[in-house]
Amino acid sequence: MLITAPNLSRPDDSYARLIALHDGLSEDESHALNARLILILMNQIGDDAVLAQAMELAKKPT
Amino acid sequence: MTAHSTLAFTLYPYARSADQDRAEPAYHKVVVVGGGPVGLAMALDLGLRGVPVLVLDDNEGVGEGSRAICFSKRCLEICDRLGAAGPMMGKGVVWNVGKVFHDDRLLYEFNLSPEGGHAFPAFINLQQPYFEKYLHDAILAAQAKGSPIEMRGGNRVTQVTPDATGATLQIDTRDGPYSLRTDWLVACDGARSPLRGMLGLNFDGRVFEDNFLIADVRMQASFPTERWFWFEPHFKSGASALLHKQPDDVWRIDFQLGWDIDRKAELDPAKIRARVDAMLGPDVSYDLVWTSIYTFQCRRMDRFRHGRVLFAGDSAHQVSPFGARGANSGLQDVDNLGWKLAAVMAGQAPDALLDSYDSERVHGADENILNSSRATDFITPKSKVSKLFRDAVLGLAATLPFARTIVNSGRLSVPCTYDGSTLNGPDHAAMPPRSRPGSACPDAPTPEGWLLNRLTQGFTLLTIDAHAPDSLTAQGQILPRLALTATPELTARYLGQAKSAIYLIRPDHHVAARWETYDEPAVTQAFARALGKE
Ligand SMILES: Cc1cc2nc3c(=O)[nH]c(=O)nc-3n(C[C@H](O)[C@H](O)[C@H](O)COP(=O)(O)OP(=O)(O)OC[C@H]3O[C@@H](n4cnc5c(N)ncnc54)[C@H](O)[C@@H]3O)c2cc1C
Repeated sequence: MLITAPNLSRPDDSYARLIALHDGLSEDESHALNARLILILMNQIGDDAVLAQAMELAKKPT
Repeated sequence: MTAHSTLAFTLYPYARSADQDRAEPAYHKVVVVGGGPVGLAMALDLGLRGVPVLVLDDNEGVGEGSRAICFSKRCLEICDRLGAAGPMMGKGVVWNVGKVFHDDRLLYEFNLSPEGGHAFPAFINLQQPYFEKYLHDAILAAQAKGSPIEMRGGNRVTQVTPDATGATLQIDTRDGPYSLRTDWLVACDGARSPLRGMLGLNFDGRVFEDNFLIADVRMQASFPTERWFWFEPHFKSGASALLHKQPDDVWRIDFQLGWDIDRKAELDPAKIRARVDAMLGPDVSYDLVWTSIYTFQCRRMDRFRHGRVLFAGDSAHQVSPFGARGANSGLQDVDNLGWKLAAVMAGQAPDALLDSYDSERVHGADENILNSSRATDFITPKSKVSKLFRDAVLGLAATLPFARTIVNSGRLSVPCTYDGSTLNGPDHAAMPPRSRPGSACPDAPTPEGWLLNRLTQGFTLLTIDAHAPDSLTAQGQILPRLALTATPELTARYLGQAKSAIYLIRPDHHVAARWETYDEPAVTQAFARALGKE
């Protein structure tokens, strides 16, 4: 099951880290970094059913 | 694809047949159109079952040029049943190791070497002309022993008129046209299938917008017998490249050229040599044996059965070569169709059994198309974003093992399991999933030889440490028993946690049903089901 309830131990820190990660990168470099990050996180999640739910959720315009 | 102009082997030269002098069309029980690997194997399978079969091919033998080189374990097991695997093993190059490179870095290597205790290796490499010649040699041997197989080269089918009880064919020869009448027609006439066109049937799917240059070169080289694949190779001869050994000191080299190319310029031997030199280095001398440029597609017919006309091999489905699933799946079509057609013709099974050829092999084709499309999409990313992710995977794969599992340079052909087939009977939860109903029997050594060699031409009741009668008469047939005692291999592959096992095995060596102990009504019912009687 995909977790949609709050689950980040330090939400502000994690978010700031994500934004800071892209400091000084060109758009192409940022895209490449995001792709690597998604792949790494995909492996951390592992379960194909959870990934499918996450992808479905991301597809929905909010 | 390029047309073959010269023949590698003349196998069935044109000879005038008495049928050409008849006023009325001559009658045949089964006509196979096409003498490629699939048509030859089809004729052999039917002929060995005593079904009279006539093969018509517009050529007189095998064309120049390798095309297929990788033949899978399952394909070899089928050829062994057909009496053709010996020379294939004698000539072929056995390989197990593959290496995948990105630029000049080795990303990872894999070893296909299966567990021990199998008659055949995961793959051999063999030029397609040899593969076809050995099938034809097996036909000659079967004919000598009385198998009713007839081959007619130089016979081009130009027209087909199907009806409820068969089809009428128009055939062109150098002595002029003639016509034939047949009860059953098996179309093995290749990816461009003229028969499919004559019947107005569709063949939909995807074209991959890329060109691949295939060069077979002969050289004395010390490269190991391994499959080497490069993404974005440092030698810049293509967007990807492949190097793979074949018999006779021939190596398959394959370069991905991109979509917008000048085909004619690319086929200039000087230009090809420049690419090969960059890959092999300046000091390696070689001959160009065969070169060709391909675009690849993945597509299939909606249905492989159209009444009394059955499509098999590339005429029914086509895949890109990444995964070696073309000829290997065509041989699985033959394996599936041969016994069913023979049983229906002999009145041992209802016509509906042939509908299961359609459903089982469409399932197989979909599996191959899925695997082959995914590999081709990875090798040739079709959008900016897919290229972004592909490159990210390759970048991570150098150091992170998880990313290597995503790298896809072709998922190599494994036997198809007919999960969910209407022919499947009961399963048993304690037994290994790999031999569940629908799967191809895993081979295993037994004291009297390889398990697959001990199965009969028809259905077999395999028993392991179980009580059962020596044979059972059911559905008007005798079902012979093969009684074995457990060995470590049989336990791992067939028993699992069960103490004993009864397996009902189809003539194509796929499992129909399995139980822990013998129950005659249950076996009889599963037998009926496997014959399409339910
Ligand atoms: C570059 C390349 C690499 C490949 N590598 C592999 C691999 O490693 N492993 C693998 O398994 N597969 C591979 N394949 C696929 C493999 O070559 C094909 O799947 C295989 O040849 C299909 O066999 P077939 O008998 O169905 O058709 P074909 O080999 O095309 O034979 C069709 C026959 O029908 C005849 N015919 C056509 N029309 C008529 C007519 N009107 N009348 C009479 N006869 C007719 C033709 O002359 C021909 O003999 C590869 C293909 C390519 C292009």
